[in-house]
Amino acid sequence: MIRRNSGADSIVWIEEGTSTTPYGICVDSRPENVRRFRGFLWIYSTRLTSGPLSVFTPRSFTYAEAFLFANQMKPKTLQSLSRWLGLLSILLAIPLWALVVQVSGLPKFILPSPADVWTRFLKALEDGSLLYHTGITLAEILLGLLAGVTFATIVGYLLAKSRPLEIALSPYLVASQAIPIVAIAPLLVIWLGDGILSKVVICALIVFFPVLVNTVVGVRAVPPALYDLMRSLRASRWQILFKLELPASLPVLLGGLRIGATLSVIGAIVGELVDAEQGLGFLLQLGDFQYDTSMVFVAVFMLIALALSLYGVVTLLERKFLKWQK
Amino acid sequence: MTTKPILTVKDLSVTFPDNNGGLDALGTLSFDIHPREFICFLGPSGSGKTTLLRALAGLIQPTSGSVNFMHHHQPKIGMVFQQSNLMPWRTVMENIQISLELDGAGEIKAQNKAREMIKLMGLKGFENSFPRDLSGGMAQRVAIARALIHDPDLLLLDEPFASLDALTRERMWTELSNIWQEKKKTVVMVTHSINESLFLADRVMVLTKRPGKIKLDVEVDLPRPRVDDIRYTSHFGKLAKKLRAAIE
Repeated sequence: MIRRNSGADSIVWIEEGTSTTPYGICVDSRPENVRRFRGFLWIYSTRLTSGPLSVFTPRSFTYAEAFLFANQMKPKTLQSLSRWLGLLSILLAIPLWALVVQVSGLPKFILPSPADVWTRFLKALEDGSLLYHTGITLAEILLGLLAGVTFATIVGYLLAKSRPLEIALSPYLVASQAIPIVAIAPLLVIWLGDGILSKVVICALIVFFPVLVNTVVGVRAVPPALYDLMRSLRASRWQILFKLELPASLPVLLGGLRIGATLSVIGAIVGELVDAEQGLGFLLQLGDFQYDTSMVFVAVFMLIALALSLYGVVTLLERKFLKWQK
Repeated sequence: MTTKPILTVKDLSVTFPDNNGGLDALGTLSFDIHPREFICFLGPSGSGKTTLLRALAGLIQPTSGSVNFMHHHQPKIGMVFQQSNLMPWRTVMENIQISLELDGAGEIKAQNKAREMIKLMGLKGFENSFPRDLSGGMAQRVAIARALIHDPDLLLLDEPFASLDALTRERMWTELSNIWQEKKKTVVMVTHSINESLFLADRVMVLTKRPGKIKLDVEVDLPRPRVDDIRYTSHFGKLAKKLRAAIE
């Protein structure tokens, strides 16, 4: 709710919430009123749960800023509720799934019930096969991710720094993206064997492009004025790289890693589905051949868990390194 | 001045390459700067003021002529830009420390120095704030602290207060004047504000339009320390009029 103070029309008071959890901010273009309302602002800002005002420094606002802040503020209850909302929706899906199985009467090899999948999961966990195959796939993903990210960051940095190199290499880069990874995966398996290596390479390839693009964008976006600063202080090439270019492009780099992390799971599975003796993709195919549909479900859930964990790790990295962003 | 100049600029000119035989940004300039002098270059936009500062900072190579420093070839430079130009991922403390960090100074020493600068610039309480939480004036204070911390031979100011509102700008003049009084650095500042140049400098040089040449060289004999009221004296007015007449 936006309220204009009738006494002085230069004061804008944006207020939301109830009388028990009030918060709001006050804007005034006249300096004497800004000072008068600072105490008010501060008191109200301490009641905020998060957002820019919790690190509030007294100053005057424009109306647009005030509006923006007010929109960013949320009562504590809603915030904690939204955190659990995702989990709640998953928990609700399971009984729904069980109900569908019950009502439709579909056989177990077409649609197993949650209980079937759970039993299969416990069995696979017990005989060690699940952990073994998950471990293999995870290793492929991590090695592929490491190789892809390292290579893409180095090439991306060089491309960002050199126009001629970019012009020379861009046809290959675009072409490499035009070919679906699924199409060249069999080739790679023929060339590199059905072991772990071919999957690592497929992973690395699929991760390569998004990370490369983000690296180029990130490095190009470093403000030129900061290069001037570094050069006026006689910074060396390496100092510029580690103290300017790397931290300045980190938000974009981590964005690339976030995309890469999810794609790498796809890469590993594509490779394993072509031909493999181990890994979750192999388990998936085995379940398929043996009409062990519960096994297929277990493998799929494991893949989802892997992808979510990787995503979570990247989010943690962002939280740790990008504190300055808000 | 009886001392030997700290900086000698001789027949300096800068031409930027373009399709049209090159853009002459700076005509031939020659001047000396003495230690602890506060020099101001005054000129309209496009008179090559920033180009001159960048040449002094070694950020661009002069097309002809020379920039020579006494005693050593590589002077330590502190530079303040039009925008505060802080690193958004560093806190105020960390931003101020950057030059010491690049010099490989120990962390304790750098932190002590930074605390000193924070006190000097009135930034207490903001040590761990990120630049996004600072107002324009505060950010520019951090930028000045950053430029002073490594005790530079030459302080270069590129319209440092241009992005501030009028009131903050005038407050910063007094602060900068006081700091200069205390630190006695050699300062070269460029600006297009006559008031700013007269309030701060010992000597004001007016540049012509592109390619910039020195049109007028005025000694500012106003008493120091300078206070706000000095701007309303008749002598200040006379000097301002003289400078105004020289600016195209």
